Amino acid sequence: MTEALNELGTVIESKRPDEVVSWEVSYDELTVTIRAVDLPVFMEFLKTDRNCRFTTLVDITAVDWPSREERFDMVYHFLSMYQNHRIRVKCAVSEGEMVPSITGVYKAADWFEREVFDMFGIIFKGHPDLRRLLTDYGFRGHPLRKDFPTTGYTELRYDEVEKRVVYEPVSLVQEYRQFDFMSPWEGADYILPGDEKADGKGGEAKG
Amino acid sequence: MMDGGKGFEDAQTGEQKIRNFNLNFGPQHPAAHGVLRMVLELDGEIVERCDPHIGLLHRGTEKLMESRTYLQNLPYFDRLDYVGTMNQEHAWCLVIEKLCGVEVPRRASLIRVLYSEIGRILNHLLNVTTQAMDVGALTPPLWGFEEREKLMVFYERASGGRLHSAYFRPGGVHQDLPPKLIDDIEAWCHEFPKMLDDIDGLLTENRVFKQRNVDIGIINEEDILDWGYSGVMVRGSGLAWDLRRAQPYECYDEFDFQIAVGKNGDCYDRYLVRMAEMRESVKIMLQAIEKLRAPEGQGDVLARGKLTPPKRADMKTSMEALIHHFKLYTEGFHVPEGEAYACVEAPKGEFGVYLVSDGTNKPYRAKLRAPGYLHLQSMDYVAGGHQLADVAAIIGTMDIVFGEVDR
Repeated sequence: MTEALNELGTVIESKRPDEVVSWEVSYDELTVTIRAVDLPVFMEFLKTDRNCRFTTLVDITAVDWPSREERFDMVYHFLSMYQNHRIRVKCAVSEGEMVPSITGVYKAADWFEREVFDMFGIIFKGHPDLRRLLTDYGFRGHPLRKDFPTTGYTELRYDEVEKRVVYEPVSLVQEYRQFDFMSPWEGADYILPGDEKADGKGGEAKG
Repeated sequence: MMDGGKGFEDAQTGEQKIRNFNLNFGPQHPAAHGVLRMVLELDGEIVERCDPHIGLLHRGTEKLMESRTYLQNLPYFDRLDYVGTMNQEHAWCLVIEKLCGVEVPRRASLIRVLYSEIGRILNHLLNVTTQAMDVGALTPPLWGFEEREKLMVFYERASGGRLHSAYFRPGGVHQDLPPKLIDDIEAWCHEFPKMLDDIDGLLTENRVFKQRNVDIGIINEEDILDWGYSGVMVRGSGLAWDLRRAQPYECYDEFDFQIAVGKNGDCYDRYLVRMAEMRESVKIMLQAIEKLRAPEGQGDVLARGKLTPPKRADMKTSMEALIHHFKLYTEGFHVPEGEAYACVEAPKGEFGVYLVSDGTNKPYRAKLRAPGYLHLQSMDYVAGGHQLADVAAIIGTMDIVFGEVDR
């Protein structure tokens, strides 16, 4: 399995040396990294090349890495029912950068790209109908970004007086619980009362 | 109109100037199989355009998963496609096992196959019978749900939950099956084909059922590739594509079963494929039961190690086992850094999980790839040009459940 994928990776790289940035095989899966501008051309190649024939689009998603300069990773999964193999294509995208839509190559990309736009706020150039898909009508923000709180910003309830559903800022009875599971010596930097004495500063002040 | 014209303009009154009619199908329509709102543009009774609005059942599963441990995330999978629940837990377990490199014991593997096939029958029974209800037959769901009830009792006897079982665990399954349960499943496997024959007798040659399904929603090979179909949507059109056979996972490669394929790719063929698949699933179940009773099929049901809890008896005597148990259920296990995609042939098609792990006890990102999502997406294409009444039949055979579409 891995050998066949290594071979495929080599073939793809030799045929498309300008577009492939790198490729690797791990966990019996082939991952090819390309640049975002080359997406439609490269997808067209994957779809039509005789060795590849990745005719089925399996999935499109993104991963948010807020600490990176190119913040998002676009991740595409493809399947070839004819050659019976799979491939993953990745490209890094920075915030605000337009990603070329691949709806022209794979019709199935439509909703996936809408979902990525909805969840991450990545804009696709050339998408026929880039509306929000999964979130509420009139929703603001992009939930799957790491800086979006899990609780969200608004909550809604039925108002008995106004006889309609009203939106309100979220108010929690209890703080959303996030546990820190790292070892005490590599995890969070707790500020405990009395700690300041340890650096010597507190002691000096007291005199 | 009184515009001074002399001809026969008066013959065309305002009423006769026909414009397309916009209709909201759902979100509370019984044939929408959940909360689907579809804006249909109708020309008479012909569907011109169809715009599905999804997300009414969106619960942000993927976001929630990022703040929970791997084990806490498992029950979320029951709540995606709530009809074939264990098949989805399976995908989650497979992706974790792939990243951790854990080998599942044989008995657990066989139990997983057995229960995946029960899940497939549960799903197909629901789908076939309720689709029949959408096109006008009332008896099939009554008969089908009786069998579903029996199967859910098997779920309950194994896991404690009738619907949301949380039975598959990374590294195996939660608990072993008692011998009596295996006997009862076997007895059911011998009774069930008779009941399938009954449904067959009700529907297969039923004139109304055929009128509503034959040549409706035809899908050809090109559509399959364009829209990324999987599962019965592919097999109904004559392509023998089944992940259990094409890219075998678990121990499906040692089972003897046929892949049912249709010929015309219409709603009726998809119904036939589902009926045939149920019979094949029964075959697989009987083989799994036989293997479970064989000497090689005995043993533990969990790969004991970091991913799984220690045996109850060990906890009484070993301090390390007790600590491990405590750490597993509070902190959870850590998954090595990396990314992987694992998929299973769920009853509705290819259900996959793309997992990005950063080496901690919580997934950094988990993407759930639901088959129904792609099927529903093509609604505009498939339903276009059909009658309004056919929309219900098409949604029915696309096998859409909103738990997995909206996530």
